[in-house]
Amino acid sequence: MTMREEIEAAAARYPDRRSAIMPALMIAQKEHGHLPGPVLEEVAQILGVERVWVYELATFYTLFHTEPIGRFHLQLCDNVSCMLCGSEALLTHLETTLGIRKGETTPDGAFTLSTVECLGACEMAPVMQVGDDYHGNLDAAGLDALLESFRAAERVTSVERAAAAPGE
Amino acid sequence: MFEPVLLRNVDVPDGHLLSTYEAGGGYRALRKALGEYTPDEIVELVKESNLRGRGGAGFPTGMKWSFVPKAAGKPKYLCCNADEGEPGTFKDRIIMERDPHQLIEGLAVSAYAIGAETAYVYIRGEYVTAIRRMEQAIAEAHENGYLGIGILGSDFNFMVHIHRGAGAYICGEETAMLESLEGKRAQPRLKPPFPAVAGLYASPTVINNVETLACVPHIVTRGSAWFRGIGPDRSPGPKLYCLSGQVRKPGLYELPMGISLRELVEEHAGGPLPGRKVKAVIPGGVSAPVIPEGELEVSMDFDSLTAAGSMLGSAGVVVIDDSTCMVKLATRIIEFFHHESCGKCTPCREGLDWTVKVLRRIEAGEGETGDLEQLEMLCKGIFGNTFCALGDGAAMGLRAALKHFREEFVAHIEERRCPFH
Repeated sequence: MTMREEIEAAAARYPDRRSAIMPALMIAQKEHGHLPGPVLEEVAQILGVERVWVYELATFYTLFHTEPIGRFHLQLCDNVSCMLCGSEALLTHLETTLGIRKGETTPDGAFTLSTVECLGACEMAPVMQVGDDYHGNLDAAGLDALLESFRAAERVTSVERAAAAPGE
Repeated sequence: MFEPVLLRNVDVPDGHLLSTYEAGGGYRALRKALGEYTPDEIVELVKESNLRGRGGAGFPTGMKWSFVPKAAGKPKYLCCNADEGEPGTFKDRIIMERDPHQLIEGLAVSAYAIGAETAYVYIRGEYVTAIRRMEQAIAEAHENGYLGIGILGSDFNFMVHIHRGAGAYICGEETAMLESLEGKRAQPRLKPPFPAVAGLYASPTVINNVETLACVPHIVTRGSAWFRGIGPDRSPGPKLYCLSGQVRKPGLYELPMGISLRELVEEHAGGPLPGRKVKAVIPGGVSAPVIPEGELEVSMDFDSLTAAGSMLGSAGVVVIDDSTCMVKLATRIIEFFHHESCGKCTPCREGLDWTVKVLRRIEAGEGETGDLEQLEMLCKGIFGNTFCALGDGAAMGLRAALKHFREEFVAHIEERRCPFH
């Protein structure tokens, strides 16, 4: 399905097209990685809703990104249960290992590091979400293994890209 | 030995599939409801059971349903609050990931009772696995005649849609959730009108929590007397408790409503980590005021915890041991509420900003004489003066920390450092 078709399918679930702005932004963000102005314009145009309605949602909800983010978005929970189980030390470990502070992206665009509020998985605290996946019961060694698996996935992707486009 | 009801499928392999759910007796309650009861009789049955909302407020579910006007005209909506943002809470995620049909059956029976043909399940955006499992389960239920047109040969039509949230704690507040479903910023509405009269798209709407809806099929199958027979009569039923923090066996526990907090923490969750002592417990997510170790005999039900100056809330039980600084804990909790304040009303937006600043300087060893009085004044300015319960939760929590652990705050100011560092 094209982005437009996916958005139309989402809109069919509601009696009012304005309700489909949130799902449409999710679809658009998946397609483009983040939500720059022209993408917001396109969403407004597809749904036929006021542009300001789209902008206000893109800037209100924390899962929408109007600025580019890394290919791996490391979202470490630092709310109470994770804090009690050592999330602060994990944040320091990530900052030291990646050479960035929270809120920043590595120069190669691979990792963005954020702290987030409770992810609702406190039984496996401390927890970090990366993409769609939760990683729980983390310690420094577990984080190192996780980062290495992401770097390996990056290498595979770049090799595939090179193989798919040998002339470039 | 209490036999789990709500969690009976969660550890079964493929518990999320329709075949597993049916093999365990699934969708019998829906068949029974449609075949043997009128919608009003289902409402009466749920009223008799004394089921109270598991989202945090503890409002009687059957009474909430009975507020929906009978007259036709506008469509009626059922909304399921699956935003689960209260820190320390993870019960709804586990139901949706591992036993989604239990929720779908609860939705179908409840929709039949209130006369709704459409439900929206508002699931927080981070819960990607739960969303996928729910979508898969809805498709399976639809293919097998448990959702759709003329369900199980009756004249009842019903469809469930998922609405994915996008990261806003305030969507746990029911009217903010309705705003979000309508495609707006999630800010609470002024009440009245209440959602039962004018909710989603200004139509009559019932909003129930995942766990509340999951209780409904069991009440239909086993009867209201069975439900009332578990735990205190005024606050009965099986209950999910989310144990986390500094405790040996964190996890989700299903036990009767009204179990003592001490038994829950020390026996079921294994007590404190080796060499540590329990200092305090948050009984119902971070909105619930902290309970010091000496008062853990309290019974885990809506009325007992309210009487003890706290609340059952979402039953997110967070255990805090003697290695933890209560000023730091209070600061982190208020930082959370400050971050999640929707910005609509002044006492919450400005009051929490100010409160965070004072708490941070106390924790950093830069507190000043009069700061504790300042914090109390701020709590007074927030509590009872906000649109919704977010500000109240913040103020109640801080007041309890100041009351029970005042000496830690005083030590920070007098010693000009955090004694725990």
